[in-house]
Amino acid sequence: MNIRLYVLQRITALIMAPLTLGHIAVMIYAVQDGLSASEILGRTQGSIIWFLFYGTFVVAVSIHAAIGVRVIVSETFKFVGFTLDAFAWFVLLAMLFMGGRAVLAVTLL
Amino acid sequence: MALALTEPDRLDGFLSWTDTPIVKLAEFGLVFLLAVHFFGGLRLMALEFFPWSTSQKTLAALAIASAFLVATIFFLQVI
Repeated sequence: MNIRLYVLQRITALIMAPLTLGHIAVMIYAVQDGLSASEILGRTQGSIIWFLFYGTFVVAVSIHAAIGVRVIVSETFKFVGFTLDAFAWFVLLAMLFMGGRAVLAVTLL
Repeated sequence: MALALTEPDRLDGFLSWTDTPIVKLAEFGLVFLLAVHFFGGLRLMALEFFPWSTSQKTLAALAIASAFLVATIFFLQVI
């Protein structure tokens, strides 16, 4: 892991620290009486606050996880060079796509 | 999550499946591992950025984790 990835890993961790606590708190509150599609949409639809909260979360998590998985794959499977970078980029883009789609669906659409 | 909008019935079917005890147990494991990762990460960043000794950092991490546990148990009872 070079210095750029190291710094990115730490910055995204600092961004996610308060978001993670917020997410756990909301999650504990939201599952109290069970979850339903209408309940989720009722809370999130049209909310710019939840869009920004989870939008930021998705971007930070995708970067953080891609760098973390890159390290594990490099150590465990000895991936190097282009293969390693391509794998990390794939993880980043896949997570951005799935997370972004979920956030957009329950907040803005 | 996108199913909430496109196919709410399918999402509700999935959500009722997540009410089964085995899934709840798995979720407990997931939240536990997230908390371990969270506090371990805070400890790591304290190690890197603050001029503290290693044992001070471990104690600080333990103190924060214990406080968080107590506060969360309280919070779970009142909401």
